[in-house]
Amino acid sequence: MTKTGFVLANLFRKKTRTILTLLSVIMAFLLFGLLQAVNVVFNAGADFVGATRLVTQARVSFTQSLPLRILPELEAVPGVDKVMYQQWFGGVIGENTQIFAFAVEPARIHAVYPEYIMPDAQWKAFADTRTGAIVGRLLANQYGWKVGDKLPLNSNIFPKKDGSKTWGFDIVGIFDGKDEQWQNQTNQVLINFDYFNEANQFGSGAAGIYVLKLANSDAAQQVADTIDAKYENSPDETKTQTEKDWSLGFVKQIGDIGLMVRWILFAVFFTLLLVVGNTMAQSMRERVPELAVLKTLGFSDGSVLGFVLAESIALCALGGLIGLSIATGLGIVIKKFAGAVMPLTVSGPVWVAGLIAIIVLSLAVGLLPALRAQRLKIVDALAGR
Amino acid sequence: MSNLISIRDLTKSYERGKQKVEVLHGLTLDIPKGDFVALMGPSGSGKTTLLNLIGGLDQPSSGEISIDGKRIDRFSSAELTRWRASNVGFVFQFYNLMPVLTAEGNVELPLLLTKLSAARRRENVAIALSVVGLAERAKHKPRELSGGQEQRVAIARAIVSDPTLLVCDEPTGDLDRKTADEILTLLQTLNREHGKTIVMVTHDPRAAEYAKRTLHLDKGQLAEQAAH
Repeated sequence: MTKTGFVLANLFRKKTRTILTLLSVIMAFLLFGLLQAVNVVFNAGADFVGATRLVTQARVSFTQSLPLRILPELEAVPGVDKVMYQQWFGGVIGENTQIFAFAVEPARIHAVYPEYIMPDAQWKAFADTRTGAIVGRLLANQYGWKVGDKLPLNSNIFPKKDGSKTWGFDIVGIFDGKDEQWQNQTNQVLINFDYFNEANQFGSGAAGIYVLKLANSDAAQQVADTIDAKYENSPDETKTQTEKDWSLGFVKQIGDIGLMVRWILFAVFFTLLLVVGNTMAQSMRERVPELAVLKTLGFSDGSVLGFVLAESIALCALGGLIGLSIATGLGIVIKKFAGAVMPLTVSGPVWVAGLIAIIVLSLAVGLLPALRAQRLKIVDALAGR
Repeated sequence: MSNLISIRDLTKSYERGKQKVEVLHGLTLDIPKGDFVALMGPSGSGKTTLLNLIGGLDQPSSGEISIDGKRIDRFSSAELTRWRASNVGFVFQFYNLMPVLTAEGNVELPLLLTKLSAARRRENVAIALSVVGLAERAKHKPRELSGGQEQRVAIARAIVSDPTLLVCDEPTGDLDRKTADEILTLLQTLNREHGKTIVMVTHDPRAAEYAKRTLHLDKGQLAEQAAH
């Protein structure tokens, strides 16, 4: 037997109670890991390192369009290889089912997003067919769409010139993703920009965003600065950022994510403090005579304090490390499926924060019972006083 | 025979609320090495208080306690703790074993305070358990043992670090007659064959008969002594 063995044996003396407490610690640290990772994602400053594509939108809001006349100007910026543009269509199918639908220029999206895979013939058909649309594999599978089908698509933003909001498209291709991450992003419909541009009632010549493929990823910061500087104080001020930051911008509109995360974690850990603290205090109260016997046998006050504190540390560390490990695993899965939309990683800094939380929690729940055990008077404790 | 325990003018008082209760009044007593003493007396006579002071679990209000030439009344709390670990074995009425540990785990507990290797600790535990006749129950937890067996484990725990002195507080108070006799015979054997000095508090005159002599306490003072 070792002192560690003794501590663990005491920790699991009431298995059901300890396991339930352990589960609450695991859940708390699972939430901690994931929410901290979300926090890191949302609080990360603009990171241009390694970016191969940039998104340029109107500085005020992505809901405001930018004129198509700036296309050649963007193409002329040093470091820009190719440019595509797209307009959010506001697509609705059936009764009121919203889907991701964008108006794009076929050749440009093919050039800027080689991650989308489709037979050349279908790319050509998309470019050549005015009412052509291509659908992602996920959507095609979900709704049973196939090449040659008619796709009636309503827009909750853009009516046609005749006032109708119902647009008719011909499915000329079904695109896939080059790998699992991109396959998970084939949940969209892409329609031919030229047709959309001519037929919508609000006029032509504007795009929601521009996507710039860079010649060199090292130039991302420079290209972004050049573009935004170029349109500063113009009627079409721009904001250029990486794809990742642009995606996160949507979620940031919900509110201050960092503040929300902090409040949720505060509530979780406050509850955890009460649960684990009560468990530790109860466990200590039940063992007053045993702690007195330890002192009688010659264990010092400090040793007894150490035993009780070690139990609290073992409980919090075990639960915390399991919780953080599960969060790390879930983060990998979420990242795999959500990709650039939510690049969740329970990274080193999150683990460091988690380890600090484990230490703080262990001390918070264990120190008072441990000090009580340390101050225990043998004679009184043995006499049940 | 030289004295192992020398007590001079020992007093002990407690604060109970606003009241000061004096439990021992100027008690003087010598216990030679190798003695087996039964402390008897009515409730509140100060038996357990005296035992606690001899065992170094408490400090006197005044007077001297020398054990094996050491003035333990002058020890600090930390010094007393260290002294207890190597000089005194304790046996309680309700055994006070750790329920989460096996018999051998309980017996090994005091050895965790020593620098003995794990192998040496196991060896000492095996010897202590065989002395009390419980070698075959080493892997059992207290709840799997009878009261008599639990007390034997407690005695093994008390002797495993080979202390000079054993202090026993009502060691048979929770046992039936037959089991009590077995435990008392075991204590007698430890006294006679292993040279342990034993101080035992008991209410039971039959238990006291196993001791070499009986000291009667009344109202915190030594009332009479009787040799067996």
